[in-house]
Amino acid sequence: MKAVDIERAVARLAAEVADRARAEGSERGLAIVGIRRGGVHLAGRLRKRLAKLLDHEPPLGTVDIALYRDDLDEKGAVPVVGPTDVRFPVDGKTIVLVDDVLYTGRTVRAALDELVDFGRPRRVWLLVLVDRGGRELPIAPDFVGERLSVLPQEDVQVRLTEGGAAEDQVIVTRRTP
Amino acid sequence: MIGRHRHCLGLADYSPEDIVEVLDLAVSMKEVLKRPIKKVPSLRGKSVVNLFFEASTRTRSSFEVAAKVLSADSLNWTASTSSVSKGETLIDTVKNLEAMRPDVLVIRHSAGGAPALVAQRVDCSVISAGDGSHEHPSQGLLDCFTLREKLGSLVGRTVTIVGDITHSRVARSDLYGLARLGARTRVCGPPTMIPPGIEALGPTVHTDLKEAVAGVDAVIMLRIQHERIGDPLIPGTREYSRLWGLNARKAEEWLSPTCLIMHPGPINRGVELEPEVADGPRSVILDQVENGVAVRMALLYLLAGGPEAANEAKA
Amino acid sequence: MSSLLFIEGGRVIDPGAGIDGTRTVVIRDGIVAEVAEHVERPREARAIDARGKWVTPGFIDLHVHLREPGQEYKETVATGAAAAVAGGFTAVCAMPNTRPVNDNASVTALVASRAAEAGLARVYPVGCISKGSAGEELAEYGELKEAGCVALSDDGKPVPSAALMRRALEYARAFGLPLTVHEEDLSLVGKGVMHEGAVSTRLGLTGIPGAAEEVMVLRDLALAELTGGRLHIAHLSTRGAVRAVREAKGRGLKVTAEVTPHHLSLCDEDLALSGYSTDFKVNPPLRALEDVHACREALSDGTIDAIATDHAPHSLVEKELEFDLAANGIVGLETAVAVCLDLVRGGVLTERRFVEALSAGPAKVFGLPGGRLVRGAPADLTLLDPAAPWVVEPERFRSKARNTPWKGRRLVGRCTHTIVGGRVVHGEGRADR
Repeated sequence: MKAVDIERAVARLAAEVADRARAEGSERGLAIVGIRRGGVHLAGRLRKRLAKLLDHEPPLGTVDIALYRDDLDEKGAVPVVGPTDVRFPVDGKTIVLVDDVLYTGRTVRAALDELVDFGRPRRVWLLVLVDRGGRELPIAPDFVGERLSVLPQEDVQVRLTEGGAAEDQVIVTRRTP
Repeated sequence: MIGRHRHCLGLADYSPEDIVEVLDLAVSMKEVLKRPIKKVPSLRGKSVVNLFFEASTRTRSSFEVAAKVLSADSLNWTASTSSVSKGETLIDTVKNLEAMRPDVLVIRHSAGGAPALVAQRVDCSVISAGDGSHEHPSQGLLDCFTLREKLGSLVGRTVTIVGDITHSRVARSDLYGLARLGARTRVCGPPTMIPPGIEALGPTVHTDLKEAVAGVDAVIMLRIQHERIGDPLIPGTREYSRLWGLNARKAEEWLSPTCLIMHPGPINRGVELEPEVADGPRSVILDQVENGVAVRMALLYLLAGGPEAANEAKA
Repeated sequence: MSSLLFIEGGRVIDPGAGIDGTRTVVIRDGIVAEVAEHVERPREARAIDARGKWVTPGFIDLHVHLREPGQEYKETVATGAAAAVAGGFTAVCAMPNTRPVNDNASVTALVASRAAEAGLARVYPVGCISKGSAGEELAEYGELKEAGCVALSDDGKPVPSAALMRRALEYARAFGLPLTVHEEDLSLVGKGVMHEGAVSTRLGLTGIPGAAEEVMVLRDLALAELTGGRLHIAHLSTRGAVRAVREAKGRGLKVTAEVTPHHLSLCDEDLALSGYSTDFKVNPPLRALEDVHACREALSDGTIDAIATDHAPHSLVEKELEFDLAANGIVGLETAVAVCLDLVRGGVLTERRFVEALSAGPAKVFGLPGGRLVRGAPADLTLLDPAAPWVVEPERFRSKARNTPWKGRRLVGRCTHTIVGGRVVHGEGRADR
C-alpha cells in the first residue's frame, strides 16, 4: 500500500464509521481508542476526519496492553509498559478501537479486557488499516482498510508520517531465518 | 535493568538506570490505581508470600494490595521472632514456605542480612521489606518517586534526613536512592544517633536542625524509638523534640515555602512532627503511602518475570 | 621398628638455638638426639626426606576450644587433637569453657585422659579463673594446678569485676599460673555483632567499638602492675590495645599477648564482601584495616609474643542463622600455617619470627616444654612445605566443624609431618628407608 492508498483508506473508513454511527443514532456517543503503539497515530488521524464529518470532536484515548498480555512467561524479558490514557467515561459509549495491523487477534483481546476495566461501553467497533489474516482467536474487524495475503514468515508494518516516516507506507518484509 | 537482579535486597546494588526503570514503571502502575477497576491481569497465577518477622501493618498491606491489583495471589505469614526460640530457624521456615512454590517472597526481619541469607537458599525472587538497620529498598524507591513526582529531576536538589540515622534502614535506602538520582543529601540528629562512616553514603552531617534544613528541597523526618533499653541514646523525647522535632513555627521560619515534608510512618505525633506540620501544606506523607503501592507493583511486576526473564534481559 | 628416626635435608629453623639452615635431626627413642649438618645414617634407621621443607620445633597453640565435655557434637578432644596435628601443632592449650566448665580436677582429668587416648597432639588443660566461670568467686587454683592445668582463663567472657581480677592475679602467683584473659567491656559491646565502623554502618549491623577491648586491657594492665601477677592478653585485636601493651612492656611490665591468624589477615571489609557470611562472625570481631596493620607490626616487633588460633568449632545449628543470631567463632588449626605464611611472603614477618611466634613464643608465655629442639628433650617437630598449594575444603577437615572464612580459597603452605615425642602422628607418605 502506498501513501495515496493509505490516505484514501483512512478517508473511506472515517466515512463508514460516520455513516454507521448516524444510522444508529450514536454519533454523539462516539469515542476513539488507539492501541499502543501501532494504533495511536492512526486513531489521531481518524479523529480529525471524523471531527469534520460529525461537526464535533469525539474524545480520544490510548491503551497500552502490556499489563494484559497473556504471554508474560514466554516473552522472556518483561515487556516495557507504556502509558494508558483513557480520560473520558467509557460507560454507554460507542468505542472505535483502532489498530494498524490485525493478525492473531491477541492484542485486540487484551485491549478489550483493558477497556472493560474502565467501564461498560455500549458497543465496541474494531477498526484496522490492514487485516493480514492468521487469526488465533475469534476476533473480526468491523472496519478494514485493506486485506493483505501474506506468508506466516512475513512481517507487516505500517509506517506513518506522524511517527517520523518520510511518507506513509505499508511494508511487507520476510523474516530472516 | 533490574531484571538482571533476581532479588531486591537493597538500593546499594542498583544503578541509576535500575532506579529510573522502577520509577518510570511505577508511573504506569499509579495510573492503574486511579481506574474504576483497579486490577490488571499481569501476574495472574503468580503468588507472592509476605513473610514478616516484624509486625508491620502498613508495609505488609501495601505489598498485599500491590500483589492483588496485579491479580497475583497474596499470602501472609506473620511470625514473631519467638518462633525461633521454639526451634524453627529462619531457614526452616523459608524451606517450608518454598514447598508452596511462591514466585516472590517478601521478607521483613529484624536482623540485617536475613533476606540475603534467604535469597541464597531459595529458587524464587526475594524482596526485602526491611532488614534490621540495613535497608528498606521499596521505601527508598517510593520516597524517590514522591520527590521526583513533585520536584521533577532530582539532579542538584538537596534533601535532609532527620532522626535516628544509626538505626534507620529507611535512611540508608533513601541515601543510596537519592545519590543515584543526582541529589545532594544531609543527615541531622543528636551525635549518638549518627553512625560512623555515614559520609561514605553521601550526606554531610549536621547536629543543628535549623542549619540542616536551610534552603533544602525536602525534609524526611524519621521516627525515633521512645526508649532503647540498656543503651539510651538521648535523655528523652522532650529534649529531642525541642531540638530536632518540627513544629509549625520552625517549619514556617526555617523551611523554604516549597520545601516538602516527608515521613515513612508511623509518626510519633508531638515528638518528631507536630500534627499541624504532618497535616500541613508542605506535607506529602499521604502521597508517599499512595505511591508505595505503585512502586511495589512495579517491583513485583519486574521480579515475577522469573530467572529466565532475567537471563534474557542480560543477553 | 627402629628407635632411630632421621630427618634429612630440611631447612631447620630454630630461633631459640639460633639455627637456620640445612641440618639433619636425629631422634632416638622419642628424644632429640642430635641436630647437626652431617650425620651418618645407620642402616636400620628410618628416614624422612625433608628436602624443600622447613623443620621447626613443634608448633604450640595457646588457645583452642575442644568442646569436650558437653558439646561433643561440635568437636571432641580427639578430633581437636587430630585437627591440631594436621595443622602442624604438636601441643594445644584447651580452654575451660566446656559444659561443665573446667573449674575442678575431674574435668581437667577427663580432658587429659581423652588426649592421652587419642595419642596425637599434647593437650594442656586451662582452668577457670572463677568458680563456674561466673565471675564471682575464685576457683581452686591449687587443685587445678595439681590436676595439670597450665594457665587460667574465663575465656568467652571477661572478668567483669576489677576486684575479682585483682585477687585472681594475686592468688595465682602462689602457683606460678598465668591468667589468659578475654578482654571486652560488656556494656560497650552491648548487642554488637561486628566491629563498629563505616562497614557496620553500611551493613546496618550493631557495632562493637575497639574501645570495648582497649578499656579492659588498660584496666588489667593497671591490675597486673598492682599485683605483680602474670597477665596474658588473649586474641589481641585493636590498635588501642596494642599501643597499651607496647607502652606497658616498655615500662618493664611482665605482660604477654597473643593474636589470631584471622586478626592478622582479615578485616571488616572482608565480612562485607562475604555477604553477611557467618563464617566471618567472631569475637573479638574482624576489625578495621588499621587494626590489622597494628597487630602485624606488634607481632613483628615482639609486642605480641605468640600466634594462637582461638580455634572455635561450631556446627550448622549455631552458624546457619541470621548474622545477629549466629554464634561467634572460626576454626583455625588447619589453616593457621598457610595464613601466617602469607605474612612471611608479604614481608610482614621474617621466617624466623614466624617460627618463633608459633613455637618458642607460646612455650615461653605459659612456661611449657618445647619451643626448641634441645638435645635430650622430647622430640616434638613440625615439618612444613611452605610452597605447597592447596584448596581449603572444609569437608576434608579433621575437625568436626566447617566454620572457616577461607572455605574454597587457594592457600599456599601446609604441614607435611607432625612429630610428637618422636612419633609421626601426622604424615604424608611413609617414612622412607
